[in-house]
Amino acid sequence: MADAAEKKSLSFQDMILTLHAYWAARGCAILQPYDMRVGAGTFHPATTLRSLGPEPWNVAYVQPSRRPTDGRYGENPNRLQHYYQYQVILKPSPADLQEQYLGSLAAIGIDPLLHDIRFVEDDWESPTLGAWGLGWEVWCDGMEVTQFTYFQQMGGFDCKPVAGELTYGLERLAMYIQNVDNVYDLRFSDPVGDVPGVSYGDVFLENEKQFSKWNFEVADTDGLFAGFKAAEAECQRAIEANVPLAAYDQAIEASHLFNLLQARGVISVQERANYMARVRDLAKGSCKAWIDSQSDAWSAKYPGWTL
Amino acid sequence: MDRQPVRRMEREIPGVDAVTDFLLELRSEEIPARMQAGARAELDKLFRAQMSAAGIDVGDLSIWSTPRRLALIARDLPEATAAVSEELKGPRSSAPPQALEGFLRKTGLTQDQLEDRDGVYFAVIDKPGRATAQLLAEAIPAIIRAFAWPKSMRWGKDSASSESLRWVRPLSGIVAIFGEELVPSEIGGIAAGFATRGHRFHCPGEITIGSALDYAEKLRACHVIVDHEERQAIIRDGAAKAAADAGLTLVADEGLVIENAGLTEWPVPLLGRFDEAFLEVPPEVIQLTARVNQKYFVVNDAAGKLANGFVCTANIAAQDGGAEIVAGNRKVLAARLSDARFFWEQDRKIKLEDHAKKLDRITFHEKLGTVADKVERVAKLAEWLASEGIVPNCDPALARQAAELAKADLVTEMVGEFPELQGLMGGYYARAEGLPDAVADAIRDHYKPVGQGDDVPTAPVTVAVALADKLDTLVGFFGYGLKPTGSKDPFALRRAAISILQLIERGGIRVHLRPLLFRLSLACYQQAIARAYFERFGKVADVFGAESNDEKYDLLMRLQGIEPRLETDALNPKTAASQVLEFLIDRLKVQQREAGVRHDLIDAVFALGGENDLVRLLARVNALQAFMASDDGANLLAGYKRAANILKQAGKDIVIPAKAEIAGDGEPTIAAPDFAGATDIDKTLLTALDSAEPAASTAVAEERFTDAMAALASLRAPIDAFFDGVMVNDPDETLRAYRLGLLARFTGAVHGVADFSKIEG
Repeated sequence: MADAAEKKSLSFQDMILTLHAYWAARGCAILQPYDMRVGAGTFHPATTLRSLGPEPWNVAYVQPSRRPTDGRYGENPNRLQHYYQYQVILKPSPADLQEQYLGSLAAIGIDPLLHDIRFVEDDWESPTLGAWGLGWEVWCDGMEVTQFTYFQQMGGFDCKPVAGELTYGLERLAMYIQNVDNVYDLRFSDPVGDVPGVSYGDVFLENEKQFSKWNFEVADTDGLFAGFKAAEAECQRAIEANVPLAAYDQAIEASHLFNLLQARGVISVQERANYMARVRDLAKGSCKAWIDSQSDAWSAKYPGWTL
Repeated sequence: MDRQPVRRMEREIPGVDAVTDFLLELRSEEIPARMQAGARAELDKLFRAQMSAAGIDVGDLSIWSTPRRLALIARDLPEATAAVSEELKGPRSSAPPQALEGFLRKTGLTQDQLEDRDGVYFAVIDKPGRATAQLLAEAIPAIIRAFAWPKSMRWGKDSASSESLRWVRPLSGIVAIFGEELVPSEIGGIAAGFATRGHRFHCPGEITIGSALDYAEKLRACHVIVDHEERQAIIRDGAAKAAADAGLTLVADEGLVIENAGLTEWPVPLLGRFDEAFLEVPPEVIQLTARVNQKYFVVNDAAGKLANGFVCTANIAAQDGGAEIVAGNRKVLAARLSDARFFWEQDRKIKLEDHAKKLDRITFHEKLGTVADKVERVAKLAEWLASEGIVPNCDPALARQAAELAKADLVTEMVGEFPELQGLMGGYYARAEGLPDAVADAIRDHYKPVGQGDDVPTAPVTVAVALADKLDTLVGFFGYGLKPTGSKDPFALRRAAISILQLIERGGIRVHLRPLLFRLSLACYQQAIARAYFERFGKVADVFGAESNDEKYDLLMRLQGIEPRLETDALNPKTAASQVLEFLIDRLKVQQREAGVRHDLIDAVFALGGENDLVRLLARVNALQAFMASDDGANLLAGYKRAANILKQAGKDIVIPAKAEIAGDGEPTIAAPDFAGATDIDKTLLTALDSAEPAASTAVAEERFTDAMAALASLRAPIDAFFDGVMVNDPDETLRAYRLGLLARFTGAVHGVADFSKIEG
């Protein structure tokens, strides 16, 4: 029975492909990951900037996410400094969002009459994005597999209309579906004919070892501090030049450099709040510039819409 | 799903006497468990308010909640409200026309509809009875709009406008049935209907409700137990049974029962086991991990020790009996516990004293410096409390050591993960390091007492550290003017003050608080100056090898010869100390009042002033309380009041100090043992005073307050006889002065024990 279930379970990549097909069938544009280092799928401008304004926006994408302080040199079966989030944004949030989401779990092989699926209060807040929303963490047999949020504010601005955001933790879900205890044991792809499959460890174990070392021990902190300052200045320049998308890239850059500085342990508790406020200002400034650049078009297309 | 045809009964004109049940269900996406009790109360309140405004008496209400619905059943509502006739008095018919116009505008009537009664206009407005169904239809949207959630949100396409409906999570359906009739109402695009939904997974389709009568049972058939108390009972009993079946005992946790009932519509408690090897981690850690992160109950073995089991509460009756669910939950718990075990192992690789070195990275408060600064002050104070014998039988070296290590666990991984375990983990780590038990206990318990019902530590080293820590907090915040105002007490200083009082009272700690508080304030102040100096002028003293702020301060003093004149917004230490003392005494008064001690008796003792030994203060209050409950006390008080009145009327200039003398404090005293015109009654009182006065004051000095009260009681008979047998205001001015002097001496003797003028009665 267990063997049969394991054989049937999706590989890591098939799980992603299944989710893509599922959400594409529900009208989502399947985007690609953003080409910058970010801490979560929410940082993708397709979420941050596009959740603002009145236009409908329905997209899904995978976002590689980096959290330098979570690195464990490849020695912890659950923690990674680089992992994947599957992100779905539906704006405005559809009335059957919960049902659509549960359908996606069924699609990747989770039977809700065999497994205990629960919506447990978890209000989401991103101090560095000036964003918050209400929702849940979704539990499957006690494990958090998805963050489910109705965005209320982004960059300090009300979301009008509200977007629903689903963030799946892909490695966790895969570990669950494949019934493995160690992330590196996940089947990333299945063998096809003579071509062997690869494991998650085949692909990423060495990365975890090297990046953990770089994040914690090697990265040049003077360079990171300088980079932070440069990104901060460039963000302001881009805002002044009315290119908010470029400004937002610099906000993302500053946010990641801050995370690296944290991992290097060179930011004191007192300074931490200050740095976070600086990143938040960049994100908010970019969001504001984005709104300013778009609001005429929005008002023209959606009469009566106001900030 | 069983759909039943909707039966609508045609009724005749509803009568006022007919009564009918009303069902309201507000369905929404999952309501946070912690908000459900408040939501039930809110629904009760708003429904009653709406009905009362409509003139409908509401009796018994059943209000239930599940994660996905709030339900209300009101039984026996009238089908219509009674017609009422309202009469309004208007202006006189002779009044100027503007007055009449105003009245017509107000009532919406025309002049010919008014009645003229003896030259005064009256408006008679008949309000016809209204159908309750219609009133309910209006009440439903009003209730939903007025509903106060701790946090609410917008959703869906309507949220393009700021005015869109707000609810705790998206509102997804309304059932409103009066009798068997639909109550037509609509809000935010959601129209009330007969249809609801059953369990999300067991019965995902729509189900049709007929009336309040079949609501709960229809839901039950669809795997929803709508009554939260019933679900709580299922969890409470089911979890206990699941444990008992495995030969284990559930560790009862009512908070978890309620939370799990708020997370499930069809609760199924399931027992799982985890790897026994995890039991090497302290049981509190396991329990907390299970409880906080996973909402699991834990279980004990037959010997009452934590066992390797847990009870989770599923929301489905799983096809496989829950085997997969238990397996999944076990895996999650195992991951959590291996994190905890990792912390437990990592933390112990570093000695507490080395952890403590990192405390200078944690800000205690921006004005008060780092936790390391605080530890330095607390260690000094704890040591001093021990060496001065203020905390009796306390080894000063142990007190210092415990204080220096007390906060070290704040930088450990475990406490970083579970802040609630502060203190407790430090205690474990100290013991694991082989530190003395007294030190480990003090580290573990030094935050205590943390609430009115909490244990008050009595172990000397613990008391020294706990007291020093809390006094330091109080003095520090007061020193920067950060004291509580009104209901705002962000640093929980009232709590700290009460803990201090409990420690002092329980431990019988004899200390004059004023000098102690001054000493501590000064230390805070000096640290503040040292900090300000080094922030401004850099690390000069580091060059000289000064490590602590104390050393830095001393060095500064030597370098400059004077206290550096630096701006800090710290208060003068003397002022801070006075304010803290006052605050403590205020808290003591509140505490005594709450404990049932009469406030006037508290005032009578506190009014004596100058007392800053809390133990002595309380002993005196307690003795007075007992004394005032006796006949002697009550009569003595009567005598005192009478004497005080006479003295007050006499005024000072009338009292001639023939043989009486005016003492330094302006009170007349009698010097002579004998007086020519004195009667036996006078002499008896004088003799009684002569023996009672020194007896009382000696007893007070020796803190035998009950004896002091007894000494005063000996004055009762002589003073009663005095008032019965002699005239104070004798025509003979000398005799009058003598007797006034006697009375003054009597009140003075009483005052030595308590200020009886403050006592009521």
